[in-house]
Amino acid sequence: MKMKTEKQIVSSNQFEIMIERLAHQLIENHSDFSETILVGLQPRGVEFTNRVLEKLIEITKNKDIISGSLDITFFRDDFGRRDTPIEAQELDMNVSVEGKKVVLIDDVLFTGRSIRAGMDALMSFGRPKQVELMVLIDRRLKRHLPIQPNYVGKTVDSISSERVVVKWKSEDVKDEIILLKSEE
Amino acid sequence: MSELSVNHLLGIKNLQREDIELIFKTADNFKRIINQPIKKVPTLRDITIANLFFENSTRTRLSFELAEKRLSADVINFSSASSSVKKGETLIDTVNNILAMKVDMVVIRHPNPGAAEFLSRNVKATIINAGDGAHEHPTQALLDSFSIRERLGSVKGKKVVIIGDVLHSRVALSNIHCLQKLGAEVAVCGPSTLIPKHINSLGVHHYSDLKEALKWCDVANVLRIQLERQDVNYFPSLREYSMVYGINKELLDSLEKEIVVMHPGPINRGVELSSDVADSDHAIILDQVENGVAIRMAVMYLLAGKLKK
Repeated sequence: MKMKTEKQIVSSNQFEIMIERLAHQLIENHSDFSETILVGLQPRGVEFTNRVLEKLIEITKNKDIISGSLDITFFRDDFGRRDTPIEAQELDMNVSVEGKKVVLIDDVLFTGRSIRAGMDALMSFGRPKQVELMVLIDRRLKRHLPIQPNYVGKTVDSISSERVVVKWKSEDVKDEIILLKSEE
Repeated sequence: MSELSVNHLLGIKNLQREDIELIFKTADNFKRIINQPIKKVPTLRDITIANLFFENSTRTRLSFELAEKRLSADVINFSSASSSVKKGETLIDTVNNILAMKVDMVVIRHPNPGAAEFLSRNVKATIINAGDGAHEHPTQALLDSFSIRERLGSVKGKKVVIIGDVLHSRVALSNIHCLQKLGAEVAVCGPSTLIPKHINSLGVHHYSDLKEALKWCDVANVLRIQLERQDVNYFPSLREYSMVYGINKELLDSLEKEIVVMHPGPINRGVELSSDVADSDHAIILDQVENGVAIRMAVMYLLAGKLKK
Protein backbone atom coordinates (compact mmCIF):
# COMPACT_ATOMS: atom_id res chain seq x y z
CA MET A 1 0.00 0.00 0.00
CA LYS A 2 1.16 3.50 -0.72
CA MET A 3 1.65 5.80 2.23
CA LYS A 4 1.92 9.49 1.91
CA THR A 5 3.97 11.66 4.22
CA GLU A 6 3.88 15.44 4.22
CA LYS A 7 6.72 17.75 5.09
CA GLN A 8 6.35 21.50 5.25
CA ILE A 9 9.13 23.24 3.36
CA VAL A 10 7.83 26.82 3.49
CA SER A 11 5.67 28.18 6.32
CA SER A 12 3.20 31.01 5.91
CA ASN A 13 5.65 33.53 7.44
CA GLN A 14 8.48 32.49 5.16
CA PHE A 15 6.04 32.56 2.25
CA GLU A 16 5.23 36.21 2.86
CA ILE A 17 8.94 37.09 3.09
CA MET A 18 9.62 35.22 -0.15
CA ILE A 19 6.94 37.13 -2.06
CA GLU A 20 8.27 40.40 -0.68
CA ARG A 21 11.85 39.54 -1.66
CA LEU A 22 10.80 38.56 -5.19
CA ALA A 23 8.87 41.81 -5.55
CA HIS A 24 11.95 43.81 -4.53
CA GLN A 25 14.12 41.87 -6.98
CA LEU A 26 11.67 42.72 -9.77
CA ILE A 27 11.70 46.38 -8.82
CA GLU A 28 15.51 46.36 -8.87
CA ASN A 29 15.53 45.19 -12.50
CA HIS A 30 12.39 46.82 -13.89
CA SER A 31 12.26 50.17 -12.01
CA ASP A 32 8.89 51.72 -12.96
CA PHE A 33 7.54 48.71 -14.96
CA SER A 34 6.57 50.94 -17.90
CA GLU A 35 8.20 48.52 -20.37
CA THR A 36 7.35 45.35 -18.46
CA ILE A 37 4.53 42.81 -18.65
CA LEU A 38 4.02 40.12 -16.02
CA VAL A 39 2.60 36.97 -17.56
CA GLY A 40 1.30 34.11 -15.40
CA LEU A 41 1.01 30.62 -16.82
CA GLN A 42 -2.37 28.94 -16.36
CA PRO A 43 -3.52 27.53 -14.08
CA ARG A 44 -1.26 27.94 -11.03
CA GLY A 45 1.11 30.66 -12.16
CA VAL A 46 -1.80 33.08 -12.25
CA GLU A 47 -2.39 32.99 -8.51
CA PHE A 48 1.31 33.61 -7.95
CA THR A 49 1.30 36.52 -10.42
CA ASN A 50 -1.62 38.13 -8.61
CA ARG A 51 0.13 37.87 -5.26
CA VAL A 52 3.35 39.38 -6.59
CA LEU A 53 1.40 42.10 -8.34
CA GLU A 54 -0.44 42.93 -5.11
CA LYS A 55 2.88 43.22 -3.31
CA LEU A 56 4.40 45.36 -6.09
CA ILE A 57 1.48 47.77 -5.95
CA GLU A 58 1.76 47.92 -2.16
CA ILE A 59 5.47 48.78 -2.35
CA THR A 60 5.60 51.06 -5.40
CA LYS A 61 2.04 52.53 -5.31
CA ASN A 62 2.14 52.04 -9.09
CA LYS A 63 -1.25 50.80 -10.25
CA ASP A 64 -0.34 50.72 -13.97
CA ILE A 65 1.72 47.54 -13.94
CA ILE A 66 0.47 45.39 -16.80
CA SER A 67 -0.19 41.69 -16.33
CA GLY A 68 -1.77 38.88 -18.33
CA SER A 69 -2.30 35.15 -18.22
CA LEU A 70 -1.36 32.61 -20.80
CA ASP A 71 -2.83 29.18 -21.50
CA ILE A 72 -0.28 26.71 -22.81
CA THR A 73 -2.64 23.77 -23.45
CA PHE A 74 -2.40 23.90 -27.24
CA PHE A 75 1.39 24.34 -27.16
CA ARG A 76 2.24 21.35 -24.96
CA ASP A 77 4.50 18.64 -26.31
CA ASP A 78 2.58 15.71 -24.77
CA PHE A 79 -0.63 16.01 -26.81
CA GLY A 80 -2.05 12.54 -27.50
CA ARG A 81 0.51 10.96 -25.18
CA ARG A 82 -1.62 11.35 -22.07
CA ASP A 83 -4.58 9.19 -21.04
CA THR A 84 -7.00 12.09 -20.94
CA PRO A 85 -6.70 15.36 -22.82
CA ILE A 86 -6.01 18.45 -20.77
CA GLU A 87 -8.82 20.92 -20.48
CA ALA A 88 -7.93 24.30 -21.88
CA GLN A 89 -7.93 27.28 -19.50
CA GLU A 90 -8.94 30.87 -19.83
CA LEU A 91 -6.43 33.07 -21.62
CA ASP A 92 -6.22 36.75 -20.80
CA MET A 93 -3.68 38.56 -22.94
CA ASN A 94 -5.13 41.82 -24.14
CA VAL A 95 -1.67 43.28 -24.73
CA SER A 96 0.99 42.99 -27.36
CA VAL A 97 4.39 41.98 -26.00
CA GLU A 98 6.17 43.54 -28.99
CA GLY A 99 9.34 45.23 -27.73
CA LYS A 100 8.43 44.70 -24.06
CA LYS A 101 10.27 43.01 -21.22
CA VAL A 102 8.23 39.98 -20.21
CA VAL A 103 8.44 38.13 -16.92
CA LEU A 104 6.95 34.64 -17.26
CA ILE A 105 5.64 33.44 -13.94
CA ASP A 106 4.86 29.89 -12.79
CA ASP A 107 4.61 28.23 -9.41
CA VAL A 108 6.85 25.17 -9.70
CA LEU A 109 9.65 24.72 -12.25
CA PHE A 110 10.28 21.02 -12.74
CA THR A 111 11.06 19.55 -16.18
CA GLY A 112 10.96 22.92 -17.94
CA ARG A 113 8.52 21.66 -20.56
CA SER A 114 5.67 23.98 -19.51
CA ILE A 115 8.01 26.95 -19.72
CA ARG A 116 9.09 25.89 -23.23
CA ALA A 117 5.39 25.75 -24.21
CA GLY A 118 4.80 29.07 -22.45
CA MET A 119 7.55 30.76 -24.48
CA ASP A 120 6.04 29.44 -27.72
CA ALA A 121 2.59 30.63 -26.71
CA LEU A 122 4.03 34.03 -25.78
CA MET A 123 5.51 34.55 -29.26
CA SER A 124 1.95 34.58 -30.68
CA PHE A 125 1.60 38.00 -29.08
CA GLY A 126 4.62 39.63 -30.64
CA ARG A 127 8.41 39.70 -30.32
CA PRO A 128 9.36 40.62 -26.77
CA LYS A 129 12.58 42.51 -26.15
CA GLN A 130 13.50 40.16 -23.34
CA VAL A 131 11.91 37.24 -21.48
CA GLU A 132 12.68 36.40 -17.86
CA LEU A 133 11.39 33.58 -15.72
CA MET A 134 10.20 33.78 -12.14
CA VAL A 135 9.21 30.68 -10.17
CA LEU A 136 8.19 30.11 -6.59
CA ILE A 137 9.88 26.71 -6.35
CA ASP A 138 12.76 25.48 -8.47
CA ARG A 139 13.14 21.68 -8.42
CA ARG A 140 16.55 21.99 -9.95
CA LEU A 141 17.52 18.33 -10.32
CA LYS A 142 14.74 17.29 -12.68
CA ARG A 143 15.16 19.45 -15.75
CA HIS A 144 14.50 17.91 -19.22
CA LEU A 145 15.32 21.10 -21.09
CA PRO A 146 18.02 23.77 -20.68
CA ILE A 147 15.86 26.32 -18.86
CA GLN A 148 16.90 28.33 -15.80
CA PRO A 149 14.85 30.83 -13.78
CA ASN A 150 15.94 34.43 -13.17
CA TYR A 151 14.00 34.81 -9.91
CA VAL A 152 13.50 31.91 -7.51
CA GLY A 153 11.47 31.75 -4.30
CA LYS A 154 13.12 28.62 -3.02
CA THR A 155 15.26 25.88 -4.52
CA VAL A 156 14.24 22.35 -3.61
CA ASP A 157 16.23 19.18 -4.25
CA SER A 158 13.71 16.39 -4.55
CA ILE A 159 13.26 13.08 -6.33
CA SER A 160 10.62 12.21 -8.94
CA SER A 161 8.29 10.31 -6.61
CA GLU A 162 7.97 13.40 -4.43
CA ARG A 163 5.52 16.16 -5.21
CA VAL A 164 5.69 19.81 -4.30
CA VAL A 165 2.29 21.27 -3.45
CA VAL A 166 1.75 25.01 -3.13
CA LYS A 167 -1.24 26.01 -1.02
CA TRP A 168 -2.42 29.57 -1.49
CA LYS A 169 -4.04 31.46 1.30
CA SER A 170 -7.81 31.70 1.24
CA GLU A 171 -10.47 32.20 3.91
CA ASP A 172 -9.59 29.15 6.00
CA VAL A 173 -6.20 28.09 4.61
CA LYS A 174 -2.78 29.64 5.25
CA ASP A 175 -0.07 29.92 2.63
CA GLU A 176 2.35 27.02 2.76
CA ILE A 177 4.43 24.78 0.56
CA ILE A 178 4.67 21.10 1.33
CA LEU A 179 6.63 18.18 0.01
CA LEU A 180 4.55 15.02 -0.47
CA LYS A 181 6.43 11.74 -0.36
CA SER A 182 4.75 8.53 -1.36
CA GLU A 183 6.35 5.45 0.14
CA GLU A 184 5.79 1.86 -0.97
CA MET B 1 -15.50 16.29 -18.15
CA SER B 2 -12.46 16.73 -20.36
CA GLU B 3 -13.06 14.03 -22.93
CA LEU B 4 -15.76 13.37 -25.53
CA SER B 5 -17.93 10.28 -25.07
CA VAL B 6 -17.56 9.41 -28.76
CA ASN B 7 -14.59 8.55 -30.99
CA HIS B 8 -16.14 9.91 -34.20
CA LEU B 9 -18.41 12.86 -34.89
CA LEU B 10 -21.14 11.24 -36.95
CA GLY B 11 -24.17 13.20 -35.83
CA ILE B 12 -25.51 15.29 -32.99
CA LYS B 13 -27.88 12.45 -32.13
CA ASN B 14 -24.96 10.40 -30.74
CA LEU B 15 -23.67 13.22 -28.51
CA GLN B 16 -24.45 13.89 -24.86
CA ARG B 17 -25.23 17.39 -23.67
CA GLU B 18 -21.91 17.35 -21.79
CA ASP B 19 -20.08 16.63 -25.06
CA ILE B 20 -21.64 19.68 -26.68
CA GLU B 21 -20.74 21.85 -23.69
CA LEU B 22 -17.14 20.60 -23.77
CA ILE B 23 -16.91 21.41 -27.49
CA PHE B 24 -18.24 24.93 -26.81
CA LYS B 25 -15.80 25.50 -23.95
CA THR B 26 -12.90 24.38 -26.11
CA ALA B 27 -14.15 26.49 -29.03
CA ASP B 28 -14.15 29.58 -26.76
CA ASN B 29 -10.39 29.12 -26.40
CA PHE B 30 -9.86 28.59 -30.12
CA LYS B 31 -11.95 31.64 -30.94
CA ARG B 32 -9.54 33.68 -28.82
CA ILE B 33 -6.61 32.08 -30.61
CA ILE B 34 -7.91 32.84 -34.12
CA ASN B 35 -8.26 36.48 -33.11
CA GLN B 36 -4.61 36.73 -32.00
CA PRO B 37 -1.89 38.22 -34.21
CA ILE B 38 -0.56 34.68 -34.78
CA LYS B 39 -3.55 32.44 -35.37
CA LYS B 40 -1.81 29.11 -35.43
CA VAL B 41 -1.06 26.60 -32.66
CA PRO B 42 1.23 23.58 -33.05
CA THR B 43 -1.13 21.09 -31.36
CA LEU B 44 -1.90 18.65 -34.21
CA ARG B 45 1.45 18.84 -35.95
CA ASP B 46 1.85 15.06 -36.22
CA ILE B 47 -1.74 14.36 -37.33
CA THR B 48 -2.78 13.97 -40.97
CA ILE B 49 -6.34 14.76 -41.98
CA ALA B 50 -8.02 13.93 -45.29
CA ASN B 51 -10.94 16.03 -46.48
CA LEU B 52 -13.09 13.82 -48.70
CA PHE B 53 -15.80 15.75 -50.47
CA PHE B 54 -18.08 13.61 -52.61
CA GLU B 55 -20.40 16.55 -52.96
CA ASN B 56 -19.82 20.21 -53.73
CA SER B 57 -19.01 22.57 -50.91
CA THR B 58 -17.20 25.85 -50.57
CA ARG B 59 -17.81 27.13 -47.09
CA THR B 60 -17.61 23.89 -45.15
CA ARG B 61 -14.52 22.67 -46.99
CA LEU B 62 -12.68 25.94 -46.57
CA SER B 63 -13.70 26.14 -42.93
CA PHE B 64 -12.45 22.61 -42.21
CA GLU B 65 -9.24 23.19 -44.12
CA LEU B 66 -8.53 26.43 -42.31
CA ALA B 67 -9.30 24.83 -38.94
CA GLU B 68 -6.89 21.99 -39.75
CA LYS B 69 -4.16 24.38 -40.82
CA ARG B 70 -4.60 26.58 -37.74
CA LEU B 71 -4.02 23.44 -35.66
CA SER B 72 -0.89 22.66 -37.73
CA ALA B 73 -2.24 19.34 -39.05
CA ASP B 74 -1.15 18.02 -42.44
CA VAL B 75 -4.04 18.22 -44.87
CA ILE B 76 -4.93 16.39 -48.06
CA ASN B 77 -7.97 17.28 -50.12
CA PHE B 78 -10.03 15.06 -52.33
CA SER B 79 -13.07 15.81 -54.38
CA SER B 80 -14.97 13.16 -56.25
CA ALA B 81 -15.23 15.11 -59.49
CA SER B 82 -11.52 14.65 -60.21
CA SER B 83 -10.98 11.15 -58.78
CA SER B 84 -11.18 7.44 -59.48
CA VAL B 85 -14.69 7.37 -58.03
CA LYS B 86 -15.70 8.22 -61.56
CA LYS B 87 -13.99 4.99 -62.64
CA GLY B 88 -16.21 2.94 -60.32
CA GLU B 89 -14.12 2.55 -57.15
CA THR B 90 -16.20 1.81 -54.03
CA LEU B 91 -16.28 4.15 -51.04
CA ILE B 92 -14.41 1.74 -48.73
CA ASP B 93 -11.72 1.11 -51.35
CA THR B 94 -11.27 4.81 -51.98
CA VAL B 95 -10.95 5.57 -48.29
CA ASN B 96 -8.71 2.60 -47.49
CA ASN B 97 -6.37 3.65 -50.26
CA ILE B 98 -6.15 7.08 -48.73
CA LEU B 99 -5.66 5.63 -45.25
CA ALA B 100 -2.80 3.46 -46.55
CA MET B 101 -0.93 6.74 -46.88
CA LYS B 102 -1.14 7.00 -43.05
CA VAL B 103 -4.03 9.34 -42.51
CA ASP B 104 -5.37 9.68 -38.95
CA MET B 105 -8.63 11.48 -39.47
CA VAL B 106 -11.18 11.71 -42.28
CA VAL B 107 -13.62 14.56 -42.83
CA ILE B 108 -16.29 13.30 -45.21
CA ARG B 109 -19.18 14.85 -47.08
CA HIS B 110 -21.26 12.42 -49.08
CA PRO B 111 -24.67 12.56 -50.84
CA ASN B 112 -25.82 9.32 -49.17
CA PRO B 113 -27.24 9.44 -45.63
CA GLY B 114 -25.23 7.20 -43.30
CA ALA B 115 -22.04 7.33 -45.36
CA ALA B 116 -20.02 8.64 -42.40
CA GLU B 117 -21.35 5.99 -40.02
CA PHE B 118 -20.72 3.27 -42.61
CA LEU B 119 -17.10 4.39 -42.90
CA SER B 120 -16.63 4.58 -39.14
CA ARG B 121 -17.54 0.89 -38.92
CA ASN B 122 -15.38 -0.23 -41.81
CA VAL B 123 -12.17 1.77 -41.78
CA LYS B 124 -9.56 2.53 -39.14
CA ALA B 125 -9.60 6.30 -38.77
CA THR B 126 -11.46 8.95 -36.84
CA ILE B 127 -14.43 10.07 -38.95
CA ILE B 128 -15.98 13.54 -38.92
CA ASN B 129 -19.26 13.91 -40.77
CA ALA B 130 -19.32 17.10 -42.83
CA GLY B 131 -22.80 16.36 -44.16
CA ASP B 132 -24.35 13.08 -45.30
CA GLY B 133 -27.28 13.53 -47.69
CA ALA B 134 -30.35 14.87 -45.91
CA HIS B 135 -29.32 13.21 -42.64
CA GLU B 136 -26.94 15.23 -40.41
CA HIS B 137 -24.42 18.05 -40.58
CA PRO B 138 -23.18 18.11 -36.99
CA THR B 139 -20.52 20.83 -37.14
CA GLN B 140 -23.02 23.25 -38.70
CA ALA B 141 -25.51 22.62 -35.88
CA LEU B 142 -22.75 23.08 -33.29
CA LEU B 143 -21.65 26.38 -34.77
CA ASP B 144 -25.27 27.54 -35.01
CA SER B 145 -25.93 26.84 -31.33
CA PHE B 146 -22.53 28.29 -30.41
CA SER B 147 -23.46 31.50 -32.26
CA ILE B 148 -26.82 31.67 -30.46
CA ARG B 149 -25.03 31.18 -27.13
CA GLU B 150 -22.61 33.96 -28.07
CA ARG B 151 -25.35 36.40 -29.11
CA LEU B 152 -27.99 35.64 -26.46
CA GLY B 153 -25.88 34.37 -23.55
CA SER B 154 -27.27 30.86 -23.56
CA VAL B 155 -29.28 28.42 -25.65
CA LYS B 156 -31.38 27.08 -22.80
CA GLY B 157 -34.98 28.29 -22.82
CA LYS B 158 -34.61 30.09 -26.15
CA LYS B 159 -37.18 29.63 -28.90
CA VAL B 160 -35.74 28.82 -32.28
CA VAL B 161 -37.66 28.43 -35.52
CA ILE B 162 -36.13 26.73 -38.54
CA ILE B 163 -37.64 28.16 -41.70
CA GLY B 164 -37.81 26.73 -45.21
CA ASP B 165 -36.76 23.50 -46.85
CA VAL B 166 -36.65 21.25 -43.77
CA LEU B 167 -37.39 18.15 -45.88
CA HIS B 168 -34.09 18.23 -47.77
CA SER B 169 -32.04 19.72 -44.97
CA ARG B 170 -29.37 17.95 -42.90
CA VAL B 171 -28.79 21.25 -41.15
CA ALA B 172 -32.37 21.18 -39.83
CA LEU B 173 -32.16 17.69 -38.31
CA SER B 174 -28.79 18.30 -36.66
CA ASN B 175 -30.01 21.66 -35.38
CA ILE B 176 -33.16 20.15 -33.88
CA HIS B 177 -31.12 17.56 -31.96
CA CYS B 178 -28.50 20.07 -30.85
CA LEU B 179 -30.93 22.77 -29.72
CA GLN B 180 -33.13 20.30 -27.87
CA LYS B 181 -30.16 18.75 -26.06
CA LEU B 182 -29.18 22.23 -24.91
CA GLY B 183 -32.69 22.94 -23.64
CA ALA B 184 -34.08 25.20 -26.38
CA GLU B 185 -37.59 24.97 -27.83
CA VAL B 186 -37.64 24.28 -31.54
CA ALA B 187 -40.30 24.83 -34.22
CA VAL B 188 -40.23 24.60 -37.99
CA CYS B 189 -41.95 26.81 -40.52
CA GLY B 190 -42.51 26.30 -44.23
CA PRO B 191 -44.95 24.99 -46.81
CA SER B 192 -46.19 21.54 -45.73
CA THR B 193 -44.67 20.00 -48.86
CA LEU B 194 -41.22 20.92 -47.51
CA ILE B 195 -41.81 19.72 -43.92
CA PRO B 196 -41.30 16.00 -43.14
CA LYS B 197 -44.57 14.24 -42.31
CA HIS B 198 -43.69 13.00 -38.83
CA ILE B 199 -41.78 16.05 -37.62
CA ASN B 200 -44.03 16.18 -34.52
CA SER B 201 -42.45 12.96 -33.28
CA LEU B 202 -39.26 14.97 -32.66
CA GLY B 203 -41.21 17.29 -30.38
CA VAL B 204 -41.19 20.08 -32.93
CA HIS B 205 -44.17 22.29 -33.72
CA HIS B 206 -44.97 23.19 -37.32
CA TYR B 207 -46.04 26.73 -38.19
CA SER B 208 -47.37 27.25 -41.70
CA ASP B 209 -47.69 30.99 -41.15
CA LEU B 210 -44.35 32.81 -41.20
CA LYS B 211 -45.48 35.81 -39.14
CA GLU B 212 -46.89 33.58 -36.39
CA ALA B 213 -43.59 31.75 -36.25
CA LEU B 214 -41.53 34.95 -36.08
CA LYS B 215 -43.76 36.33 -33.30
CA TRP B 216 -43.08 33.19 -31.27
CA CYS B 217 -39.34 32.89 -31.73
CA ASP B 218 -36.14 34.50 -30.38
CA VAL B 219 -34.05 33.17 -33.25
CA ALA B 220 -34.96 32.44 -36.87
CA ASN B 221 -32.63 30.03 -38.64
CA VAL B 222 -33.43 30.42 -42.32
CA LEU B 223 -32.54 27.56 -44.64
CA ARG B 224 -31.64 27.74 -48.28
CA ILE B 225 -34.11 26.44 -50.84
CA GLN B 226 -32.17 23.48 -52.19
CA LEU B 227 -33.22 23.50 -55.81
CA GLU B 228 -30.63 20.83 -56.66
CA ARG B 229 -32.26 18.30 -54.36
CA GLN B 230 -35.83 18.92 -55.49
CA ASP B 231 -36.87 16.24 -57.95
CA VAL B 232 -40.47 17.42 -58.17
CA ASN B 233 -42.00 20.86 -57.72
CA TYR B 234 -42.74 21.42 -54.04
CA PHE B 235 -44.11 24.94 -54.52
CA PRO B 236 -45.49 26.79 -57.54
CA SER B 237 -42.63 29.25 -58.11
CA LEU B 238 -39.65 30.85 -56.36
CA ARG B 239 -41.44 34.18 -56.57
CA GLU B 240 -44.44 32.80 -54.74
CA TYR B 241 -42.22 31.13 -52.14
CA SER B 242 -40.43 34.35 -51.42
CA MET B 243 -43.71 36.25 -51.11
CA VAL B 244 -45.04 33.80 -48.50
CA TYR B 245 -41.88 32.62 -46.73
CA GLY B 246 -39.25 35.24 -47.58
CA ILE B 247 -38.06 37.42 -44.69
CA ASN B 248 -37.71 41.12 -45.39
CA LYS B 249 -37.10 44.22 -43.30
CA GLU B 250 -40.73 45.27 -43.33
CA LEU B 251 -41.75 41.98 -41.78
CA LEU B 252 -39.06 42.19 -39.08
CA ASP B 253 -40.04 45.81 -38.30
CA SER B 254 -43.66 44.79 -37.84
CA LEU B 255 -42.67 42.47 -34.94
CA GLU B 256 -42.72 43.93 -31.45
CA LYS B 257 -39.33 42.47 -30.53
CA GLU B 258 -35.89 42.02 -32.02
CA ILE B 259 -35.08 38.58 -33.28
CA VAL B 260 -31.77 37.08 -34.38
CA VAL B 261 -31.59 35.91 -38.01
CA MET B 262 -29.27 33.07 -38.99
CA HIS B 263 -28.52 31.37 -42.28
CA PRO B 264 -26.14 28.45 -42.94
CA GLY B 265 -25.30 29.85 -46.39
CA PRO B 266 -25.14 30.15 -49.29
CA ILE B 267 -27.97 32.69 -49.31
CA ASN B 268 -30.37 32.97 -52.22
CA ARG B 269 -30.72 36.75 -51.85
CA GLY B 270 -34.27 37.86 -52.56
CA VAL B 271 -35.67 34.34 -52.08
CA GLU B 272 -35.53 33.28 -48.42
CA LEU B 273 -33.86 36.49 -47.18
CA SER B 274 -33.96 39.97 -48.62
CA SER B 275 -30.64 41.80 -48.90
CA ASP B 276 -31.54 44.44 -46.31
CA VAL B 277 -32.11 41.69 -43.72
CA ALA B 278 -29.04 39.68 -44.66
CA ASP B 279 -26.85 42.77 -44.22
CA SER B 280 -28.58 44.10 -41.09
CA ASP B 281 -27.61 43.89 -37.41
CA HIS B 282 -30.25 41.21 -36.89
CA ALA B 283 -28.25 38.80 -39.02
CA ILE B 284 -25.31 36.94 -37.47
CA ILE B 285 -24.46 35.10 -40.67
CA LEU B 286 -20.81 36.17 -40.77
CA ASP B 287 -20.38 35.43 -37.04
CA GLN B 288 -21.56 31.93 -37.86
CA VAL B 289 -18.81 31.59 -40.45
CA GLU B 290 -16.13 32.80 -38.01
CA ASN B 291 -17.42 30.51 -35.27
CA GLY B 292 -17.39 27.62 -37.74
CA VAL B 293 -13.59 27.62 -37.76
CA ALA B 294 -13.38 27.69 -33.95
CA ILE B 295 -15.96 24.90 -33.57
CA ARG B 296 -14.20 22.69 -36.11
CA MET B 297 -10.85 23.29 -34.41
CA ALA B 298 -12.44 22.24 -31.11
CA VAL B 299 -13.98 19.09 -32.58
CA MET B 300 -10.74 18.01 -34.24
CA TYR B 301 -8.66 18.83 -31.18
CA LEU B 302 -10.92 16.81 -28.88
CA LEU B 303 -11.16 13.83 -31.27
CA ALA B 304 -7.43 13.84 -31.99
CA GLY B 305 -6.83 13.72 -28.24
CA LYS B 306 -8.47 10.30 -28.29
CA LEU B 307 -6.10 8.93 -30.93
CA LYS B 308 -3.65 7.05 -28.72
CA LYS B 309 -0.03 7.19 -29.67
